[in-house]
Amino acid sequence: MELRAKIPDGPIERKWDAHRFAMKLVNPANKRKYHVIVVGSGLAGASAAATLAELGYEVSCFCFQDSPRRAHSIAAQGGINAAKNYQNDGDSIWRLFYDTVKGGDFRSREANVYRLAQISVDIIDQCTAQGVPFAREYGGLLANRSFGGAQVSRTFYARGQTGQQLLLGAYQALARQIGLGAVKMYPRTEMLDVVVIDGKARGIVVRDLVTGAVSSHAAHAVVLATGGYANVYFLSTNAKGCNVTATWRAHKRGAAFANPCFTQIHPTCIPAAGEHQSKLTLMSESLRNDGRIWVPNAKGDRRPPKEIPAGERDYYLERLYPSYGNLAPRDIASRRAKEMCDAGYGVGPGGHGVYLDFQDAIGRLGQVVVAERYGNLFEMYERITGENPYAVPMRIYPAPHYTMGGLWVDYNLMSTLDGLYVIGEANFSDHGANRLGASALMQGLADGYFVLPYTIGDYLTQTKLEPVGSEHAAFRAVEREVATRVEHLLSASGTRSVDSFHRELGRLMWDQCGMARTREGLEAAIAKVQELRARYWKEVYVGGRGEEFNQSLERAGRVADFLEFAELMCEDALQREESCGGHFRAEFQTPDGEAKRDDSRFAYVAAWEFTGVGSAPKLHREPLQFEHVALAQRSYK
Amino acid sequence: MNVTLHVWRQPGPAAKGRFVTYEAKDVSPDMSFLELLDVVNEGLIARHEDPIAFDHDCREGICGMCGLMIDGRAHGPQAATTTCQLHLRHFADGAEIRVEPWRARAFPVLKDLVVDRGAFDRIIEAGGFVSVRTGSAPDANTILVPKPAAELAMDAAQCIGCGACVAACPNASAMLFVAAKVSHLALLPQGQPERYDRVVRMVETMDAAGFGACTNHGECMAACPKEISIDFIAQLNRDYLTASRSPSSV
Repeated sequence: MELRAKIPDGPIERKWDAHRFAMKLVNPANKRKYHVIVVGSGLAGASAAATLAELGYEVSCFCFQDSPRRAHSIAAQGGINAAKNYQNDGDSIWRLFYDTVKGGDFRSREANVYRLAQISVDIIDQCTAQGVPFAREYGGLLANRSFGGAQVSRTFYARGQTGQQLLLGAYQALARQIGLGAVKMYPRTEMLDVVVIDGKARGIVVRDLVTGAVSSHAAHAVVLATGGYANVYFLSTNAKGCNVTATWRAHKRGAAFANPCFTQIHPTCIPAAGEHQSKLTLMSESLRNDGRIWVPNAKGDRRPPKEIPAGERDYYLERLYPSYGNLAPRDIASRRAKEMCDAGYGVGPGGHGVYLDFQDAIGRLGQVVVAERYGNLFEMYERITGENPYAVPMRIYPAPHYTMGGLWVDYNLMSTLDGLYVIGEANFSDHGANRLGASALMQGLADGYFVLPYTIGDYLTQTKLEPVGSEHAAFRAVEREVATRVEHLLSASGTRSVDSFHRELGRLMWDQCGMARTREGLEAAIAKVQELRARYWKEVYVGGRGEEFNQSLERAGRVADFLEFAELMCEDALQREESCGGHFRAEFQTPDGEAKRDDSRFAYVAAWEFTGVGSAPKLHREPLQFEHVALAQRSYK
Repeated sequence: MNVTLHVWRQPGPAAKGRFVTYEAKDVSPDMSFLELLDVVNEGLIARHEDPIAFDHDCREGICGMCGLMIDGRAHGPQAATTTCQLHLRHFADGAEIRVEPWRARAFPVLKDLVVDRGAFDRIIEAGGFVSVRTGSAPDANTILVPKPAAELAMDAAQCIGCGACVAACPNASAMLFVAAKVSHLALLPQGQPERYDRVVRMVETMDAAGFGACTNHGECMAACPKEISIDFIAQLNRDYLTASRSPSSV
């Protein structure tokens, strides 16, 4: 396996333009002869499928939900960044690029990030033209807010439902193409494998979740837009259906998996209420613009927050990071919260929480303004906890939220498996070791609307692709493998539910491969994952049949893949003997507890090659060069 | 607390369904309604029985995937709340709760509590969009939108497409769903060029899908987890009337 990033030559500002010109175009009359499969219908998948269809390609799009409008991008709340500099506060493409590289703790590719910052401005134009109802000023111009990790106001938003509105924009663009017959949509259909012919991805095998029928779909190229893997922790802010299956199956067929240990723990989530908890709910970190985070000065102080006077409160982020204060980046805010709780200063049930207090903001701005900015988030909090955050400070606790790691891709967003493209959260590309707030929506739409539709054309014109239909023997072989696996799961005659295994895996990963990791813990975790995986195939009970609507079976396949993937995540965390971004190795920290990066040894992307289940994966390194943003210790003090 | 559930079980689209009773003992008032079903299902799986099929995904009230008739009310007794965000603290200890799927001809049952809402997608495909090709947009600030118009458009655009409006309506009408999208786009300058063509195509598709007519019961608004107002149905009717009465002007 060879990692060729294919970063174009030339000055960074000109790379993308020069590359767009250098890429070969597909003759418009020939585009309809190319069939492209897009798996996933979130921001990246829906925007890619719609744009490819507009260009004239024949497109098939698959999603496991009942409608493409439900993909988990819909849950993003806070906003989307763009270097528009509408606020005249000193923003620029260069500054967004700089902030993103720095925020990613110098583990992303400069060229990719620069392109992302360039494209960010086009995304806002595109979405506005689609009718996305972004927030407005009274003069009718677009409004902005600031977000963690930035000192300029560059975030565009639609109340607390920015992801929903952007996704509905992309969904509507996709629906238009479906209505025109240019996209064939397959809802309630789950991809279970990639089919490789002559070393190239030529299609997928899927299961119809309503009838259980397994079928094959051939194409000239396959695009995975299947999101992240935070559900490896069982409790995360991801939707229940989010899974690693598509990317893991592709990995087993030859796509390298990059930086799987780079996971993001979001600081502003609602704490778990008990053992029944099935998922965690995030509240937009835009709350940190006006909310102040604190814990009592005294350990185990059980007084109601109102009775704790200002002098007996520790506003620890403001104390530790005077210039950024409550807007310190996510990884720092999360880790500090957990440290406070681990040290006994936590509040609420089990001491797993810190206060996020709006009393000062309400005093300064009035309740009306606070309600206008955060009303729906306050309602959400009250609905879940039964407490009124206008009167009582919110309690928050970190939760797994986003995964920066993903399938390795080159500058063109193609994986190490020819013809397999990976976009959005599913790839590893732009966020390094930590993603800044309001940047996931930006990257998903950049990949789907503006990058992939260009780069895939170059591949299709330059590559000799034999005509292949789904009757090809390779599809039959993969279908048989899929069927065998389904039978294997159904025939396991154990007693434990799929969810009970998933919970057990999640707890293990949260404890050993969550916010802080150690060599000892990771080595133990690898052994435990192997043992859990072995038990899974013996002790699980799935029930029902393969040829029917069977939700236990859907989950069983996903958990089986998480049980393989979790081991790779731990291996990756183990080899990276440094702390950077969301990856905190307790052995590697500065005297004041900040992450200690080791650029001399670890300024690389770790891309793993699959060698078999239970067999040690092979590490390939893509060195990272920083020519435009000087390597520096992040400081938000 | 303890609750008794009477749950609609139906093995497949063509099969006959019936209510089956399940006891849920020692459950927490802080559980969401779907977590209650999770617990019941864990019990069924432990007895090697078929778990209850139900749709859900984000479990934070935004994806629109979940939706149950709970004691005859779409998404249950709590206003402005999806099923996944409904917590047991709103039920009395010892409550008997009846759980059914959405009931509408245009939403056929697939299994148990799962229905096919594909008709909603077909309505959007017919016209619920602005036709903009990727890359052809002008700078975003060249399109001025008065703040009140943007806010009202956002009120309509919040629709999550869950189908509670259809389930709550005695006629199984989809007017609130269609009105929300028609109004969202009609209130914005970007939506004007296709405004009247859009409304006609969406209404025709809605009618063809087998939804009933609107007779102003207002049940849809009461059930809507996003509190979308039936004022938007007035907007829909006005645009539809304009489009049908004076085709030359549109």
